[in-house]
Amino acid sequence: MNTPTLATAPSAADSSSPAPGYLSINNIEVIYDHVILVLKGVSLAVPKGRIVALLGANGAGKSTTLKAISNLLHAERGDVTKGAIEFKGARIDQLTPSELVRRGVIQVMEGRHCFAHLTLEENLLTGAYTRGSARGEIRDSLERVYHYFPRLKQRRMTQAGYTSGGEQQMCAIGRALMAKPEMILLDEPSMGLAPQIVEEIFEIVRDLNRSEQVSFLLAEQNTMVALRYADFGYILENGRVVMEGEAADLSSNEDVKEFYLGLSAAGRKNFRDVKHYRRRKRWLS
Amino acid sequence: MQFFIEVLLGGLLSGVMYSFVALGFVLIYKASGVFNFAQGAMVFAAALSFVGFQNLGLSFPLALLAAFTTMVALGILTERVVLRPLVNQPPITLFMATIGLSYVIEGLAQGFWGANVRGLELGVDDVPVQWLMDSTGIGVSSFDLFGAGVAAVLVALLALFFQYTRIGRALRAVADDHQAALSIGIPLQTIWRIVWAVAGFVALVAGLIWGARNGVSFSLTFTALKALPVLILGGFTSIPGAIVGGLIIGSTEKLAEVYLGEYVGGGIDSWFPYMMALTFLLIRPEGLFGEKHIDRV
Repeated sequence: MNTPTLATAPSAADSSSPAPGYLSINNIEVIYDHVILVLKGVSLAVPKGRIVALLGANGAGKSTTLKAISNLLHAERGDVTKGAIEFKGARIDQLTPSELVRRGVIQVMEGRHCFAHLTLEENLLTGAYTRGSARGEIRDSLERVYHYFPRLKQRRMTQAGYTSGGEQQMCAIGRALMAKPEMILLDEPSMGLAPQIVEEIFEIVRDLNRSEQVSFLLAEQNTMVALRYADFGYILENGRVVMEGEAADLSSNEDVKEFYLGLSAAGRKNFRDVKHYRRRKRWLS
Repeated sequence: MQFFIEVLLGGLLSGVMYSFVALGFVLIYKASGVFNFAQGAMVFAAALSFVGFQNLGLSFPLALLAAFTTMVALGILTERVVLRPLVNQPPITLFMATIGLSYVIEGLAQGFWGANVRGLELGVDDVPVQWLMDSTGIGVSSFDLFGAGVAAVLVALLALFFQYTRIGRALRAVADDHQAALSIGIPLQTIWRIVWAVAGFVALVAGLIWGARNGVSFSLTFTALKALPVLILGGFTSIPGAIVGGLIIGSTEKLAEVYLGEYVGGGIDSWFPYMMALTFLLIRPEGLFGEKHIDRV
């Protein structure tokens, strides 16, 4: 696929769904509280060893998609009502989060969610809960995590609640790594972080992807950074995938440039023009 | 001076008794954020089942084992029947549920074992320790010393468990952030079951000690109320806090009773702990050892 394609209407999504990959989601619908329809037929695929970005504005359904995969939706009264989610060819939609982590799929939640009263090292150790393996093996994993995040080693005895946002994000990713995952669902890693730290974190993600063969599905609002590090991207709007393509193609696409990157040939727009674009955008989806 | 020391020691040791009950509260509150009002009822049920099993003709260790099994089963059942359906409900809902639970447990225990007052014999006499009496002239009950020893062992075990084991760490993680714990694959229900089982065990220890001291009767459930000021002083989330809080409450209430009682006509020890708790709430609401709420700005 060289050019970004416009996804067709959800009713036809079955026929146009992406080739089954390593992790594949087929036309899922998610409803919160039995009434609020959030995802209206989302299909996507993550090939093995790749970084795939899930992009879109607030409320587009990025986090919901990730939680549908990791099965954390139930804790928020959400339900996958249609469609299927497969990992390595097996259905995973009915598994508990714990079983899913054992199979190698783990989510790093939006807003980091470190255990505030545990030290950074204890936070990392809790990540190995599902492995239950020997102390020596867990020590080794701990050293590996410290190798990727030297800052965590420096502050290993500090309670996580007293560390900076960047350190907490590293702690959250490191904690997930302790479970020896094959696939990490990374939700909004750039949230509330300085651009330099965001860059640092994405560098580590790329590094992990290349040297540990961990695949990533990352939800991001920071389209610019995400497309720079991802291989492939999906753009969500209003609970539907409206566009997908290779990251390089997406970032050179005129619409993406205008709507998500704030770039256009004519420079900055005034308000009336922006309204005009909004109308065009609706037509797009 | 000798008299002062005797009162102080007596107070400290009786404070340990409060700590036993407070411990049960702390365990459940720490791991699931539920203030378990039924802890007092669990203490009562534990003591009652132990005596009941003994009356059925079981030997001491067998009755202990049977009571232990009963309490663990009760804990697990509570998690399954009461708390699991209420997951994600606000804390006040859970609190109300535990109030209801306390009546159910009291009713069931008395319905099953009968409501008459019974004695409980642990084989430790409530008499002053002779050598201490001879050498210093201070009378300390050997039963109280025994209770303090049990408390020390229990707290040491719990502290080690929470600090250094995989399950203990997971318990603390769940206490901090349910969702994050879930996301890294810690099965919440297993953890909660373990916590309720441990709380059942602590209730059994508390029930045995209190039962041996005061007899096993319905009034045991009210000892739970004395655990409240202990918790406020020590902090709701701290195991050492429950012990230190108990010591402070125990000693001050006895000292106040002896030295201030005559000016206000006695009976101080029934309200003095609550007044201390109130003062503490104004000065240091998280308690002496409670976890400070960490807020990032």
